[in-house]
Amino acid sequence: MKIKISIPTERIHDPIISESIIETGIRLNIMVANIDSTYGELIADVKDSRFNRIKKALESRGAIVAILDQPIHRDEEECVDCGACISVCPMNVYTFDETWSLCVDEKKCIQCGMCIKMCPHGALKLGE
Amino acid sequence: MVKKSIHEINKKIEDGSVNVVTAEEMVGIVENLGVEGAAREVDVVTTGTFGAMCSSGLMLNLGHSEPPIKIQKLWFNNVEAYSGLAAVDAYLGAAQISDTRGMQYGGAHVIEDLLRGKEIDVHATSYGTDCYPRKVLDTTITLDDLNEAILLNPRNAYQKYAAATNSSKRILNTYMGELLPNFGNVTYSGSGVLSPLSNDPSYETIGTGTRIFMGGAQGYVIGNGTQHSPSDGFGTLMLKGNLKEMSSDYIRAASFTGYGTTLYMGIGIPIPILNEKLAASTAVQDADIFTDILDYAVGSKDKPAIRQVNYAELKSGLVQIEGKDVPTSSLSSFKNARKIANELKEWVRHGKFFVSMPVERICCEGSAKSMKQTQAVPLVKDVMSDFIVTIKKDQTVQDAAKKIWENSFNHLAVISDTGELVGILTAWDISKAVAENIFDSVESVMTKKVLTCAPNEPVDLAARRLDRYGVSAMPVIDAQKQVLGIITSDNISKLLARRY
Repeated sequence: MKIKISIPTERIHDPIISESIIETGIRLNIMVANIDSTYGELIADVKDSRFNRIKKALESRGAIVAILDQPIHRDEEECVDCGACISVCPMNVYTFDETWSLCVDEKKCIQCGMCIKMCPHGALKLGE
Repeated sequence: MVKKSIHEINKKIEDGSVNVVTAEEMVGIVENLGVEGAAREVDVVTTGTFGAMCSSGLMLNLGHSEPPIKIQKLWFNNVEAYSGLAAVDAYLGAAQISDTRGMQYGGAHVIEDLLRGKEIDVHATSYGTDCYPRKVLDTTITLDDLNEAILLNPRNAYQKYAAATNSSKRILNTYMGELLPNFGNVTYSGSGVLSPLSNDPSYETIGTGTRIFMGGAQGYVIGNGTQHSPSDGFGTLMLKGNLKEMSSDYIRAASFTGYGTTLYMGIGIPIPILNEKLAASTAVQDADIFTDILDYAVGSKDKPAIRQVNYAELKSGLVQIEGKDVPTSSLSSFKNARKIANELKEWVRHGKFFVSMPVERICCEGSAKSMKQTQAVPLVKDVMSDFIVTIKKDQTVQDAAKKIWENSFNHLAVISDTGELVGILTAWDISKAVAENIFDSVESVMTKKVLTCAPNEPVDLAARRLDRYGVSAMPVIDAQKQVLGIITSDNISKLLARRY
């Protein structure tokens, strides 16, 4: 599953991620990392069965962990099924079915935001 | 020889015996029955397309106010319309962007909002005359309040359209969408097998007066479109239709990041099958329609073609460029194009839509010209400094300082032993090196990622690059990376000083 790890300002100088990985032995696949001197936000992939343990380890160090249930939201009224989003998505979230309707595989989304800029109809938004 | 007349086909539409299929279905019918059999069986083939068509707009009449005004300048929701016509006529272009909201909202959005029944703010100004004394007007209107609201689109329904890609190292924002660096993606437009003009490429049945499906209503072709370029397979159409009868399913505003606004138009054209030739041309498939993939990294009107491609490849989702599979994106909706072709088919089948022949054919030969430019565009080589001081990458910082001092020249081009440009060094870099006590080779303190330009590039492009990256100079290099000169913001200032 995809998770979002937020690191608050006061913890940004601590190696929270590394410590949590070493402590639990759980491998995180980090897909996106936006970290500066004031705040950090990471999107990572982790096995469902391991989520609770890594969450506990991260949270005990002050990080906030959330499951990305619906990382991207498509407004079906606005969407015209053009497929402009397909080629810019690095995770292949978007595909056409046999009727040329756009299909969204939300589980793959890492919230990079490429598709949002690409969509001519403003039909895509980052979700929770 | 099959020969049918429009009159015969319309009689069949009237009595319900017409055989109408979509251009997609026609492919298989011609395969099965042959051209002659298909021409005998099928009476009408419907086409469809739904995509971004910038060259669209609304011709409207507001009705007279009390006291009356001869509108000189006019805005709808802060989007300016052209009103240099009679007192209360105006033309609102789809691509005009809002004075206040920029690229997020434009003429296309006003058109869609009108269609959806929303209230639109109107602001108008005038110089005032004896017959039209009013100078300022503010009101709100809806579509119902307009006398006429006619979509009058100078260039729609391109026969086919070139696909786009990007060889450069940065993301490009274009009317073809986001183009990723290093041939990261390809975008394309057009409905291929369903494309109206590709199904009647000699424009036998599509011309001035042809009745069509336009935005969910009946509209008309009123001639060839602007930039009509039939000899290259890029024919276009000029269309008109009544916005008041249209549906927001088929008229949709859009905004391309970094480019601006445009209108997605839904258009369908029925092709009456009068003879075998039309049966054959409506059997066109995606694989038969070829176009070029152009490199949008070149900011010139003549973009180099990377390769030829057909719509079957584009629609497959991947095309090969330099041996690599590159993902494609369609900017037009094939799902909606198909919906339009099917809806038009139902209209014809149920006697709600009758086919027509053009009252005048549009030309099927000739190409669009480029703009006549009487003022030569200055090129980089015309304004660059030929004098440039170079330094080898393994020389010392002290050598560099000496060169700058001796030549009173702020930028040193750093070159390899074979004379290729490998970096740039400024007086600033040297000051920094001295401050930090670094006196090693030039290579250790130079800037390695150098912005460069080519001698034949227009100065405007070089200026845009200097501005975008906030640098004051760029070496001018040839294809072998040999340094020919340098262009600085100073050169450009001097050019402007000469101009005005």
